[in-house]
Amino acid sequence: MTTLNSKIPKGPIKDKWTDYKNKINLVNPANKRNIDIIIVGTGLAGGSAAATLAEQGYNVKAFAYQDSPRRAHSIAAQGGINAAKNYMGDGDSNYRLFYDTVKGGDYRSREANVYRLAEVSGNIIDQCVAQGVPLARDYGGQLDNRSFGGTLVSRTFYAKGQTGQQLLLGAYSAMNRQIGRGKIEMFNRHEMLDVVIVNGKARGIIARNLITGEIERHSAHAVVIASGGYGNVYFLSTNAMGSNATAAWKSHKRGAFFANPCFTQIHPTCIPRSGDYQSKLTLMSESLRNDGRIWVPKKLEDAKAIQQGKLKPTEIAEEDRDYYLERRYPSFGNLAPRDISSRAAKERCDAGYGVNATGEAVYLDFSSAIKRYGTEKARVLGIENPSKEKITELGEAVIEEKYGNLFLMYEKIVDENPYKTPMMIYPATHYTMGGLWVDYNLMTTVPGLYCIGEANFSDHGANRLGASALMQGLADGYFVLPYTIGDYLAPDIKTGKIPTDTPEFDQAEKEIKDKLDFFINNKGTHSVDYFHKKLGKIMWDKVGMARNEKGLKEAIVEIQQLREEFWKDVKVPGEISGMNTELEKAMRVADFLELGELFAKDALERKESCGGHFREEYQTEEGEALRDDVNFAFVSVWEYKGKPSDAVLHKEELKFEELELKTRSYK
Amino acid sequence: MNMNLTLKIWRQKNAQDKGKMVDYKVTDISEHMSFLEMLDVLNEQLVSNNEEPVAFDHDCREGICGMCSLFINGEAHGPDRLITTCQLHMRKFKDGDTIYIEPWRAKAFPVIKDLIVDRMAFERIQQAGGFISVNTSGNTTDANAILIPKKDADLSMDAASCIGCGACVATCKNSSAMLFVAAKVSQFALLPQGKVEAADRVMNMVRQMDLEGFGNCTNTAACEVECPKGISLENIARMNREYLCASIAG
Repeated sequence: MTTLNSKIPKGPIKDKWTDYKNKINLVNPANKRNIDIIIVGTGLAGGSAAATLAEQGYNVKAFAYQDSPRRAHSIAAQGGINAAKNYMGDGDSNYRLFYDTVKGGDYRSREANVYRLAEVSGNIIDQCVAQGVPLARDYGGQLDNRSFGGTLVSRTFYAKGQTGQQLLLGAYSAMNRQIGRGKIEMFNRHEMLDVVIVNGKARGIIARNLITGEIERHSAHAVVIASGGYGNVYFLSTNAMGSNATAAWKSHKRGAFFANPCFTQIHPTCIPRSGDYQSKLTLMSESLRNDGRIWVPKKLEDAKAIQQGKLKPTEIAEEDRDYYLERRYPSFGNLAPRDISSRAAKERCDAGYGVNATGEAVYLDFSSAIKRYGTEKARVLGIENPSKEKITELGEAVIEEKYGNLFLMYEKIVDENPYKTPMMIYPATHYTMGGLWVDYNLMTTVPGLYCIGEANFSDHGANRLGASALMQGLADGYFVLPYTIGDYLAPDIKTGKIPTDTPEFDQAEKEIKDKLDFFINNKGTHSVDYFHKKLGKIMWDKVGMARNEKGLKEAIVEIQQLREEFWKDVKVPGEISGMNTELEKAMRVADFLELGELFAKDALERKESCGGHFREEYQTEEGEALRDDVNFAFVSVWEYKGKPSDAVLHKEELKFEELELKTRSYK
Repeated sequence: MNMNLTLKIWRQKNAQDKGKMVDYKVTDISEHMSFLEMLDVLNEQLVSNNEEPVAFDHDCREGICGMCSLFINGEAHGPDRLITTCQLHMRKFKDGDTIYIEPWRAKAFPVIKDLIVDRMAFERIQQAGGFISVNTSGNTTDANAILIPKKDADLSMDAASCIGCGACVATCKNSSAMLFVAAKVSQFALLPQGKVEAADRVMNMVRQMDLEGFGNCTNTAACEVECPKGISLENIARMNREYLCASIAG
């Protein structure tokens, strides 16, 4: 049996990373030319890793299912990226970012990894600025910062509401430089369908060319999975339509352990769903909570009238509004962390105070901010006794400058003007903290198989703070993996090219081809989406924002039944050769149907509430999450044994040497 | 009010196939649906009739990845402004409408299947010079050591918000890629970090653009009108200046 060794270096937390880097094996630049690395996924983590490894001299093969690395879903991150620069002089430091992140993750992350993340965070900003990423500036020409949930400092760097786009385009430009030099071979419109293990080491992948339908073999000395999270297991999420878990799940089935699958982030500020045809949910950046105030009516009769369309939010008097986050969490208010804000919204809506026809929405209101900014601006412009209209006009202009693109996006979707009437928002699946288990080197339990970015179980514990995903993706790709992978590859300099005409590749390719054939020939009665939507409903209803033993047990049985039905009755039209988007979806949903079960099983086993994992049986009298540090201060690490129900649980005990385990309070 | 619509959609099996417009009917379409959700409904219908669904590019469905790319009733990304096709909603149409749906049309964007085109030409232009040649070691100067006037940073950001969808090319009567290339050239030309290799960049990117078979710019400005991100025509003027200066300096 494999035992988990997190390989955390010894020594004081502040020195671990530096000392470790000084001692690990390096590959001499001339020898790097003899080593091939495959990277699956080209978002912030995969893109930055591909660029850096290629620049160091390795031969990189990068794979993306989209037509360009620039399309990866990192591009959709809106609000910002955290870095402990302390440019604002508000008391920030590496230690404080480390503390906020561990606390924000509800003490379910590995201290050493999180400290390293905080340590390299500042460097990310330097790097991105050098690459020409146009981060926001103040009037003095220096970088501007804003504040995000779960922190008491302003450490979030941003580029309008398109920070992820700009950072990804930065990594993409670095990739392009290496593609132009021939150091990265880019495989667009390719999807990894399996990892190939040779003598216990990851030595290649099987990929499908999505244009021709051909099955291809690619070999390398190491394989890096950077394929993002599995939020689409819920069908509806803020993820892109194509975001999937196949690369990670196939790695799991080939021996990589899967950690904390039940730790999923439900983001509090998304546009509510409008009908059964809905294909995805759209996020409204957390940065809006800097200026927006969240509320529902205080009186149930007002809420009912709003739900029936008889009353408008602007007609409700100030004293009849319940700013429930400010009420329950006075010190963090509207900037309470995501898990807490989401649950608070659900609590109000479950009690009947929701503000749209479905009863599943709360208001995010900018009228106070418009008034505040308008008054300030009038003063700066020297306007005496400004009229109410003038203040509103000036205030709206300030809001537009800050969040204009988000307001426009909202208006296009909902057909309401958010400057004049509050936005409606509701929580939606956004990010998955769980993922493939990795050690301090970011290597999975399979030698030579690495996992970075959202795809690994990461540094976010049971809940990720806003603006930390971009930080982690780039930290892993630019500054961590390029060091740690050298230590593994050093003995491989004389291995030579890995051949692909071996039984291991034959076998993996055959399994994939058989599966593709099966789908095309099955000719069942229901489309892939039919099953995906059903799975999503089970996950949302029973493994969503609040979970309990009864629901989780039902979910496991229902998912098993659904999976059986899928394999009997799924219909995939078209042919195996050429482009076939339904066939692509079938392969992905087959994996979600297994992952969903492990997810529910993990949630059932974790008999505590922490971060995004809320078990109704474990809560305080006030309805807050009740963590159990005595019995559950560990990472749940699952080993695949043929089917999800047989998965074996391993535990990585979390040792807190630097920080004291405390109840997480934002009151 | 729900709508019944006639769709005329370009179907083409692969790059070699000739392709043709095919008529479809969809019924009971909600005005709150997005345009792509309406196509999802059509595709579900096709699958249940054992027909192959219509292939179209899409991914983020929130207007930022640049993957979606439809020519709807003769307009790139449809009748609305400052949005991509995935952000277009059915409330822009009315019951009984006939909607024409075609792929991007340009020599440099060959059709792969149905409504999906090959935009690799854009990739090659970026690879020719769309970057600053800085190593990703992190050993650069402190980010605040480079002061950038807010005005320049904001203009650079406006240019950088291009999503590489190709609407500018599809819209242009000459199939010119000037707006796309100018956006990247401008982003870097406006920043001190980008000035070092500005001349090489503009020369290399323009050379690649010409090699790919994009047409010339005749200042009709249709690209600016249809650009989902509102990239300004001023960027083309800036690129022309950069190009001229670089050519003279030789």
